[in-house]
Amino acid sequence: MNDYALWHALIGGILIGFASLIATVLSGKIPGISGVFGRLLVPATPDKKWRSLFLLGLIGGAALSFFLWDSAALFRPMRPLAVMGVAGLIVGFGTRLGGGCTSGHGVCGVGTGAKDSIAATLIFVVVAMVTVLIYNRAVL
Amino acid sequence: MKAGRLFLIFLAGALFGTGLAISGMTDPGRVIGFLDVFGAWDPALLFVMAGAVGVYGLGMLLLRRFQNQNLKLPSTASSPIDRQLVVGAAIFGVGWGLGGFCPGPSLANLGALRIEALVFVPAMAIGMFLAQRFCGADQ
Repeated sequence: MNDYALWHALIGGILIGFASLIATVLSGKIPGISGVFGRLLVPATPDKKWRSLFLLGLIGGAALSFFLWDSAALFRPMRPLAVMGVAGLIVGFGTRLGGGCTSGHGVCGVGTGAKDSIAATLIFVVVAMVTVLIYNRAVL
Repeated sequence: MKAGRLFLIFLAGALFGTGLAISGMTDPGRVIGFLDVFGAWDPALLFVMAGAVGVYGLGMLLLRRFQNQNLKLPSTASSPIDRQLVVGAAIFGVGWGLGGFCPGPSLANLGALRIEALVFVPAMAIGMFLAQRFCGADQ
């Protein structure tokens, strides 16, 4: 698995789907990453334990994979750090306002055919494509 | 929640992180490669979504049949497509295209202590806090 190939994308996606399914059964919630993380920032959230452990597992599983496989460890920095900071702020605000991100809306919501998630996913993919187009024209 | 269940959810998280890393979605170059439709387009993200959406959708369909008092699944009914959803998704799209990170991959890259993630994740937490505190995004 040292050279990246498209079947890695498919296998990785299947793992993400299974992980989301297991987390749905165990938590009784739709385990979108932005919702799992965002609600950790609300003091009144009662179920912080599983949220923290799920995200710690995510970080640990990724760390192990980076260590084991060169193709997984590939990381190409695309933007200056100042842009990454602004992007983080915008992503955090938008995902919570819109009620989900690529996992909650994109994987779980689209997977179960929820109309709001299908709409949200179409919107954020198209807007992201336009943003990349504008960034490439204006900055690069 | 019991300790056994909590341990299993930790393992589910590890599986999620492994999937993200194997899929290549932790590399912003690959994500922006997909979003850059007029450049050297990289279709990988489409394959990730196909695998994940397929497994989750089929799995939920099957699980629904076995639902009982021991297996309580969350509602998957659609919320109304209102202004908050549309505006929020659009704002997220701007940030995703700008950085090439969505929440999952940004957290996964904390596992390699990458400086991009160390900058992005705290900023994301602030953005989430603001939306939840001041825009009622806290259901």
